[in-house]
Amino acid sequence: MGQTLIARRAPLASSRSQLEVLARPGPWPRFEERVAAAGLVPLTASGIEIFQINVGKFCNQTCRHCHVDAGPERTEQMTRETAEHCIRALAQTDIPTLDITGGAPELNPSFRWLVQEARALGRHVMDRCNLSILLVKPQEELAEFLAEQRVEIVASLPYFRPTQADAQRGEGIFDKSITALRKLNALGYGVEGSGLTLNLVHNPVGAFLPPAQQSIEAQFKRELARSHGIVFNNLYTITNMPISRFLEFLLDSGNFEGYMERLANAFNPAAAQAVMCRNTISVGWDGTLYDCDFNQMLELPVTNGLPRHVRDFDASTLNGRRIVTANHCYGCTAGAGSSCGGAVA
Amino acid sequence: MDTYYHPHDLGKFADMGKSNTELWDKFMAYYGAVFAEGALTAREKALIALGVSHAVQCPYCIDAYTQASLEQGSNIQEMTEAVHVACAIRGGASLVHGVQMRNVAEKLSM
Ligand code: SF4
Ligand code: SF4
Repeated sequence: MGQTLIARRAPLASSRSQLEVLARPGPWPRFEERVAAAGLVPLTASGIEIFQINVGKFCNQTCRHCHVDAGPERTEQMTRETAEHCIRALAQTDIPTLDITGGAPELNPSFRWLVQEARALGRHVMDRCNLSILLVKPQEELAEFLAEQRVEIVASLPYFRPTQADAQRGEGIFDKSITALRKLNALGYGVEGSGLTLNLVHNPVGAFLPPAQQSIEAQFKRELARSHGIVFNNLYTITNMPISRFLEFLLDSGNFEGYMERLANAFNPAAAQAVMCRNTISVGWDGTLYDCDFNQMLELPVTNGLPRHVRDFDASTLNGRRIVTANHCYGCTAGAGSSCGGAVA
Repeated sequence: MDTYYHPHDLGKFADMGKSNTELWDKFMAYYGAVFAEGALTAREKALIALGVSHAVQCPYCIDAYTQASLEQGSNIQEMTEAVHVACAIRGGASLVHGVQMRNVAEKLSM
């Protein structure tokens, strides 16, 4: 697999140049105009159901489509102090879910502490897991820890065949993912009646939209059970966002215009009303507050004079905030829509 | 016009409704119904369409149903097999007409 944009000193490593590409005029209206043309008011948050923390960009993989530009050479990591601010913010509220992402979030030294503290507060905890991390030393007993804490695992597996999965995530990653999934199944994850939830994430291996969630879930269930004896709970389809390394792929392969047009033509007002930023707050590794993980990567923090750091977290001012949008938002509103929890419409 | 086929012309398909809206609307209603989930899944129908696109050698259809098949979750192995099915039927259709050739040759020959 290639290196991160940062390590290659690629121009797109800067969020500014990504935003410039996204703002290029094309045969599609600006996202805000499209929302208005559909008779919808500008996106506003309706409350906070999910407190999502991106604990850093360090990852054992370097997937080609990564919207975080994560990789082994990235050093950004949330400190314990910032993690403590996060738990304090969570404790002040009754936000039911803590969603931990990265990079490979498990590689942050405060990961287990965050999980334990949030569970002690009685919150549901989700770990966005790349699977291969479960086999990396000294993380072998990580799966047991997650099971003990009853953490929901949301694991990336773009496809049920190795060719496609490895093309996106790196040579040999499919086999490692299968080994990790077997391990999780053995602990009861994804097994009916165990109460341990294992959800998978499918995203297209290329410049096209994901299939209908139900139908690809059925395909995944059939194929993974038949070929590998693996079970899981739900499959979430996620559209590739035209940012970071996927944006680089779109430009290099001559697919940028076609993909943006495809997303914009598939704009679905019902999906636009159900975008995840409306019920999520996203915290960056340095404590900055964003509407979502994508805005985080584009360095578009919450706006309109709201407190921008988790140490000043105040749910009452963040509820009802105006969401910061740009043309990448078309990725959330195309077809059945896309969110960290899959299709929305 | 430097070539008969332009990829962007696919986007002008709906212009065919401009001079006869009624027939266009009927065709599109039928087309939509054909491709909806039915006894066959939308994914299976897209794969059949991909095979037929190759049999009729329509570049617009090949473009559209390659994308549609990928968006329905099909993979390149399945899509390649669909093209081979079209190829086998086309090739087989030529070959089976060899029987006619044989019949004629037999009649004419001593
Ligand atoms: S997509 Fe996930 S697993 Fe892959 S490099 Fe990015 S953070 Fe790591
Ligand atoms: S990219 Fe973020 S801000 Fe834009 S619609 Fe999606 S979730 Fe909302």
